[in-house]
Amino acid sequence: MPIEVSGKSLETDEEGYLANINEWEPGVAEVMSKEDDLELTSEHWDIINFLREYYEEYQIAPAVRVLTKAVGKRMGKEKGNSKYLYGLFPYGPGKQACRYAGLPKPTGCV
Amino acid sequence: MSEEERTDDEGGVIKKFMYVNRRAPYGTVYALESLEVVLIGAAFDQDVSMVFIDDGVFEIKKGQDTAEIGMKNFSPTYRALEMYDVEKLYVSQESLAERGLTEDDLLVDVEVMPDSRIADLMDEQDVIFTF
Repeated sequence: MPIEVSGKSLETDEEGYLANINEWEPGVAEVMSKEDDLELTSEHWDIINFLREYYEEYQIAPAVRVLTKAVGKRMGKEKGNSKYLYGLFPYGPGKQACRYAGLPKPTGCV
Repeated sequence: MSEEERTDDEGGVIKKFMYVNRRAPYGTVYALESLEVVLIGAAFDQDVSMVFIDDGVFEIKKGQDTAEIGMKNFSPTYRALEMYDVEKLYVSQESLAERGLTEDDLLVDVEVMPDSRIADLMDEQDVIFTF
């Protein structure tokens, strides 16, 4: 089902992930989070931006376990743990945050 | 086959899985499929190694550019393997030499070894997948 972002219609797959990562803009995360009744804070954006950088570098959406480890390395232990990340993204930091970031579904998530 | 069974913290048996990559990265889907299977399988805490042999050595060659063939360049993903705790990457010395390559041409840290040594390692595995 396509989503409407700043007047444009963007294609998504059957699970709501953006079909074309190059069409991403911050408004995508805003629209998707509104549908989930979630208000994005700067803490959410830190993770979304981190995921976009991660994808840029490795061309892969990390499994949640790997994301947690990588966040810990970059932002410290108090953020690199499942409790913190699930607090921000209750549907699962791998799936939900990757979706907001315009990434494909993480490799290794079912 | 290994003589002794290793187990993880919960008593599950840890098996030795080897993924053998023998083909060029593009043109067939084998290289990408292998990489995805390894990344997915990494969640199961097994003893995983990857071998690059024959044209498979091209999979981890630096400076891949796929713009002209309209395919995604997935070679940067090999550098993520370490974060998935896949650290045993073995490369055939003969295959590199036959293609005029050296370890410096590769985009990840690997162990280059003669085919005879790779054959010994294969003997130690519980499971071998060839792509």
